[in-house]
Parts: sequence; C-alpha cells; structure tokens
Amino acid sequence: MGNPVMQQQTELQHVNVKLILQNHADADLEPLIPVFHQWIQDQPPGELLLDIADYQHVPAGPGVVLIGHEGDYSVDNTDNRLGVRYNRKAPLDGSNEDRLKQAARAALTACRRLEEEPRLGGKLRFGGQEIEIFINDRLLAPNSDATREAADSEFRAFARKLFRGTDYSVTYESDPRKLFKVFLKSAQPFSVAALLESLG
Amino acid sequence: MKVSNANWAEKLAGKMPEHLAREIDIFETELTLRKQGKVDERVIAETRLRRGVYGQRYDNGQRHNGKAVQSVAYPSGSLTKGPNTMWDAPGMQRIKIPAGGLDAGQLETLADLAEEYSDGIAHVTTRQDFQLHYVHIEDTPSLMRRLAAAQITTREACGNSVRNVTACPYAGVCPDQAFDVTPYSKAMSKFLLGHPDCQNFGRKFKPSFSGCSQHACGLASMHDLGLIGVTRIEDGKEKRGFETYVGGGLGAVPYQAKLFDAFVPPEEILPLAQSIARVFAARGEKKNRSRARIKFLIQDLGIEKFRELVLEERKTLPHDPRWTEFVAEAETFEETPLRPAGKAPLLGTEAFQRWVKTNTRAQRQEGYVVVTITLPLGDITANQLRSLADIARRFTNETIRATVEQNIVLRWISQADLTEMHKALDAVGLADPGAGTIVDVVTCPGTDTCKLGISSSRGLSAELRKRLGEKSFQLDESVQGLHIKVSGCFNSCGQHHVADMGFYGVSRKMSGYAVPHFQVVLGGEWEQNGQSYGLPVIAVPSKNIPEVVSRLTGRYAASRRQGESFKDFIKRTGKVELKRMLEDLARPPADPSDRTYFSDWGDPREYGLLDMGVGECAGEVISPVEFDLMAAERELFEAQVAWEGGQVEQAGVTAYQSMLRAAKALVKIETQSVSDDPGQIVREFRARFYDTQKFFDPFAGGKFAQYLFTAQEKSSEPATQDSARYLIDEAQLFIDAAHSCYNRIATPVSA
Repeated sequence: MGNPVMQQQTELQHVNVKLILQNHADADLEPLIPVFHQWIQDQPPGELLLDIADYQHVPAGPGVVLIGHEGDYSVDNTDNRLGVRYNRKAPLDGSNEDRLKQAARAALTACRRLEEEPRLGGKLRFGGQEIEIFINDRLLAPNSDATREAADSEFRAFARKLFRGTDYSVTYESDPRKLFKVFLKSAQPFSVAALLESLG
Repeated sequence: MKVSNANWAEKLAGKMPEHLAREIDIFETELTLRKQGKVDERVIAETRLRRGVYGQRYDNGQRHNGKAVQSVAYPSGSLTKGPNTMWDAPGMQRIKIPAGGLDAGQLETLADLAEEYSDGIAHVTTRQDFQLHYVHIEDTPSLMRRLAAAQITTREACGNSVRNVTACPYAGVCPDQAFDVTPYSKAMSKFLLGHPDCQNFGRKFKPSFSGCSQHACGLASMHDLGLIGVTRIEDGKEKRGFETYVGGGLGAVPYQAKLFDAFVPPEEILPLAQSIARVFAARGEKKNRSRARIKFLIQDLGIEKFRELVLEERKTLPHDPRWTEFVAEAETFEETPLRPAGKAPLLGTEAFQRWVKTNTRAQRQEGYVVVTITLPLGDITANQLRSLADIARRFTNETIRATVEQNIVLRWISQADLTEMHKALDAVGLADPGAGTIVDVVTCPGTDTCKLGISSSRGLSAELRKRLGEKSFQLDESVQGLHIKVSGCFNSCGQHHVADMGFYGVSRKMSGYAVPHFQVVLGGEWEQNGQSYGLPVIAVPSKNIPEVVSRLTGRYAASRRQGESFKDFIKRTGKVELKRMLEDLARPPADPSDRTYFSDWGDPREYGLLDMGVGECAGEVISPVEFDLMAAERELFEAQVAWEGGQVEQAGVTAYQSMLRAAKALVKIETQSVSDDPGQIVREFRARFYDTQKFFDPFAGGKFAQYLFTAQEKSSEPATQDSARYLIDEAQLFIDAAHSCYNRIATPVSA
C-alpha cells in the first residue's frame, strides 16, 4: 500500500503509461485499425471499448486511439516517441501504487497483444527499457517541484519493483505547462512478459 | 469522470467572469438533477446543447461492429442525457470563438483541455469554433470553468440559438477590406449572447461578418445574417456601414442570402439583429425542424414582407444603450505588431519557398504578412497548441485567428521574421505548405464521430490530402488553387456546396450490399463570399472519389480556356458530358469478390447494417425497384440539364416527376396497383411509407418526404429560377432517401 501521507499530498489518479517502441521510424499504423476493431468486437472483460480515432495525419500526435469508457489505448507518437499508451480515465480506488500497477498492467497487456498480433507482423515491439508515466490531471498533479518531491519516492519504489532491482534512471518533464510526467529508463532491456511478471 | 471535478470551482473562484461562473454552476446542478430523475431528458438535451455539449456517434447504446449490432453496456445503465442518448456515451464539446480570435493563453487552455478531457486533439471547425471529442458529460462543467477563466464561453455553441458570430480572419489586415469588421462582430456576439429575444428560435441562427464582397472569408451569402463592410461618402465624410444579407444557408438545400439593406450604419446593426431575432422567434417554424431555419421563413414571406416586418419590429424596440456604446471604440480599433516591419528574405530552401508561396499573404500594412498554419483535417495536438502559443508570443502581439477553412492564421508577422518563423513552425510539424489549395481539403467529422454521418468524410479527405500532397507542386497551376470540401451527409457541415469539387455522403446498393458513396457536386464558388452553389452530378462509390478528382483536374488542366475558372469550365462542359466522364466510376466492381468498395476510407468494417454472407452476393439480380430508382435519378439529371440550359419550367416539372417516380418505386414494393396519377402516388406513399415511418431516416425523420408533399402542393405554381433549383436539390435528397429506405427494407438487419 502507498504511504497515506503521500496520498494526501498527491493522489495519482488518471495514470497514463506509455511503453516506448523500438524501430519506430518506419512504423505504419494503418494495420492497427482492424486490430482495434477486433478488440471492440471481442470486448475484454471488465472494460468497455467504444470507438477508434485515427490521427495518423497529425505529426507527433496521438496516432491511432482505441477509445474506451474506463480508459483509452493507443499507439501514440507524441513528442515523436512512438509507444503503446494506456490512458486511465475512470477514477480508481486503492493506493497510488495500486493505480500505477493497474495502468502499467493495462499498457503491458495491450503491448503484448500487439506484439503477438499476426496482422502487425511483429513491427510494433516494446524497446525494453523506456517507460513514461504521466498523470492526466493538472489539478491533482501540477507539473511542479512540489509534485515531484511528493511523488518521487513512489515512482522510484515502483521502478525498483518493475525493473527487479536493476539500475534505472528517473527524470521528469521540465515544461511546467505539460502534464506531470516521469521518464523511467532501465539499464537493461526487459520483455513485456518479464515486466508483467514483475507487477505480480 | 475526473477526480478533480469537485475542485475546479474553488480553484478558479475569482478568475472566471461572475456571470459565466454562475451559469456553469447552474448547468452542473441541472446535470445533478437529471441524474436524480428530476429533469426530463428532452429538457436536459436542449440545456446541454445550449452549452455546446453535443452527442456523438453510438451514443444510442448501439454500434455496428461490421458484422452485427453490438449493445454498448454503459455503466450508468438506462440513464440518458437526451432522447435515445446514453449518459455515459462520449460526446463532443463545441467551444465558441467569436471571429475566431484567440490569444496565446487561450491556446494553452485549449491544449490542456484537449489532453485532460478529450483525446489530445483540438479540432477547428468550418465556423471558427473549436471542438473536443470523446468528452464525458460529467467533465463538462470543469472544462467550461477552465474556459471561462480564459474568457471563453461555450454558451449557445449548439442548440436553437445564435451560434458563433464568425468574421473574416484577415479583417484589419486585408488590402481589399472596406474597414476592420472585427470589433463589430465581437459587439454583436456579446450583445446576442443569452439575449432574451434569442431564446425561442425553432432552429439555429448563424451570423457572419465580411470586410469585402469579393473574397470568401466571411461567406456572407450562406449565413442567416451576413454583413459586409462597406463605406460611402456622406456630407463629404467617409461613413462606415454594412451591406446586410439575410436568409442564406447551406444545409440539405442551399439558399443564397437575400439583400436586406445595402447600407446599415454601425449604430443600427445590433437593433437590426435584435429585430430580426424577434421576427424569427415569433414567426419562424417551430414544429417542422426541416423548415425551421430563417431561410424558409424569408422564402415563404418574400424578402419585401420580411423586411417590412423587421422594420416594424425595430420601431417597437425599447432603447438599449449597448446598441451604440461600442461604436466609437470600433472606429478606432486597431491591432498592433510586436516586431518592426521588414523585408521578405530573397533566399531560402525549396520547402521555405513553397510555404511562403501558399501560406503567407501580404497585409495592407507594408512589411507584414499573415501566416497560415495548415491543419490537416482541422486537427492540432495539445503540444502543437502550446508551441503555437510560444510562436505567437515570439513574433506577434498574440494576434491569432481560427479560419473557416479549418486553419489558424497568425497576423502581423514581420516579413523579416519569415525564415525564423518557418523554422519554428517546422520544428513542431506546423509548416505544411498548401494553405487554401487543392491539398487543403475541408471536411466535417462525418462517420468518425457525427451521428448523422453517412460516409467517412474525414477518411476520404485524409486520402485525398495524402494523394494530392505527394504531387501538389507538380500539379498544373490552375489546379493547385481549386477547393475541395467534403461532408459526410447532406447537411453540408463541410460546406461542399461552395467548393469547386464538393462531395457529400450518400449510400447506394451494389450487388446486394450497401456501399458508401459520395454525391459529386461541381462548380460551386468559394470566392465572392460563397456566392454560387454547385450542382450534384453523380453518386460515386467512396473508393472511386480520388479517381473522380484525378479525372476532373486532368481534364480541366488540359482543356481549360485562357483564364477560365473551374466553375466556368464545369458550366461549359455541361452535366451530360461530366456524367459521361464519370459514370464508369459509379458502376459496381467488375470482380464480384472485390470487397474494396464495401467498406469506407479508414474504416475496415463492412459498411452499413448488413450481415449477409459473401455467398449471397449473387448480386447481378437487380430488382424492379432499383431500376425505377435509377430512372428517377435519370429524370433528375435531365431536370438539372434543363435548369442549366435556362429551361426553368421544364426543370421544375422534371424534378417533380423524378420524385414521383422514386415514390412510386417504393409504393410498388407493397402494391402494383398504382397508376401514374401524382395524387394517387403521393397518397399511397404517404399511407404506406410516411404514416408508417418506414421512409423515416433515423436522424432526419420524415424530412425528405415533406419535400415530396410540398412539391405536390406547389406543382401548379409556375417555377422560378430559385424555386426550380431548390426543387432539384430537394428531389436529389428525396431520391437518396428512397435509396436508403429501399436498402433498409431489402436488407435484413442483424441484431
């Protein structure tokens, strides 16, 4: 469970997790659209998937987004960093650690499905080292020194667990106008399966 | 949905204008009452619409997944936010931007909201609004509070109200303007917002301002109220005024605005607008939504009678000091530059030169240009909005405008800064060239998010943009300057009527399957404030539209006469030849196993509500109904040709006959006992298809059947050029609806 004092200071809701993909320069997102349609047809348990928004025409944009009620999935190219992203929209009970885990698990599970999807031909593959975590609510978590100080230990604890005690770095988004964002980078690569296992 | 929703009111206390803060508190309470079942769903629907909170596709709790209709089990169960509109379904938030004017801080606010409440994209509309999609209704009060703190309101962005007051984005800097109309448009926007005389309309009301008559920027001809700045000399002094038009509008059947007054002085524009609003509220249609826009009232009354009523109303208005208190300030209003004027660089990369050619426009003030930021499909990311705010602060006094071509312009750019500005824009993906050219395709949301969408306008536009962009600078110079505009349905949100090449979504059957099509509308005019509208030529499957564009532009480039506009080329070529040029593209695919046509651009689902196996595609069997509908299309085509040839009476009669033929085709599904007598056809059609609602479109209801009934009522009246033209458009819509009706009847819908 998270530190109750910390929760009072910074409640980490609406957690986003983005897994940075490898070899993204020539990535074609068009084949993703029928795959996401399939996901809507299948409707995974516990969540409601609704629609697809295609923003491939926008440079460094959200890419292709699978809109859900509880959360969105996307292959997102914001900041020209292509990644599988999960955007938790609905509030979640529990501790900050619980919410970080939930979002990370959702992103990793989606990434695994995409890696295994034959229609994508193995072209979307997690790079193994870089993960962005951000809080999509400026009132809960303004991108400030105070938020950083309040949440830093929680992110480090989360990274230790996720990367199984191997070396990692933690850096933060510096533009105060942007969302509060943490860049985690492990010293060694991990597979999606290994990271899922780390989450327990 | 956001955990922080409970806290924004307190956080922003004192930062929001008091009246906006109060309105949003009330709206939030109304949402709470609806959740408690204390407000009727129809009331909450209009309430939210008047706050710009719109529905989106699939909000009725159903979605066709390409194989079957899926129920969407929203967590709030049966709670609705309007008739047949589920509470939890994502919706669209429209944000009013009067005259399209923004400052840098407002761009940053829009960026934050796009990220936190939407999908990271802000969308610029064809009326200088912004829209955010996939927004949960419970987030809207917070979203509105944050906008209010940035001096933006969403009030009356939708609903039966005065919509965004638009204005030429070049007002104040355009070399051809009479004067800067910006302060007048803003005064009208402020005056009419929430005005008691504007709360009882049967439909929406859209005003627009333009600084000149020759350019398209204000589109006065297609607005409910269009004001064009003009000057005249009185007592040796130049006096400002407005050439004022009323009753224009696109929609399913486009109407050209009529001249109300050639010169309305500034101090009279607000009381005149108020008087028009009163007459519209008192006399406009309220029950039949398809006849409720002011254009129909003016058509029914005639412009002279309408003018008389408005001027009578004007005499009764109690004086309001707001009518004139803005005028003195408006006379002296002037934006200022941040940087000194300069000279344009002579050298630059090829990309820079292309961008300068298409995306900069000289201002009336020497040494300055307006720079257009081309937004693909009107979309801009949150990060781009923030970067644009930085760029605006660096080079200008935050003189930013959204345009009706779904772009953003920065005004007062010193020509000496162009190289640096291009670099700054390029670094964030905002330096695409091609503004206002054939590549800069305008589109409504269509089937992506709009409940009324029939075909994928955004999918088609993205494809056209991609294909044309690859070769745009190799295209013939005459072709580069053409305008393409796409609407997902007949409602014209993409403004297809005023494009050189316009397209609107329709559905047709091929080989037993519904196939997404676009009706090809050619020869509209964007310049002269959108002064003339194109005419439909032929419906072509969506997947063939790029080839339509290729053929038409190729023919135009090859056979264009010296100085001939596309509109004139279309007129000279004539409908018969144009149809002959394109008719092979309207045929079903030669290979029946080719499934390409049966899905739309950007959407791999099989189009429509079909669940028929491939084996049943024994498609070459054409029913008598389909033959009859085809014959109706042919007759309508003949009507168009007659109209084009000046045979107005013949055009009207033939258009009416085409409607009768389509109606009879449907009647014959149920009974063969129907003669050619118009009275019997209409009676049978009404009893079998209208009263039973079989003909009803899920969203337009019986609107198109009304066109037939009205045509019959007026069939003995002599046709005028205008009335024949309207009848042709209405006949097209009626026949399109007959196709859709037949598709629904002939095709079993899976559940």
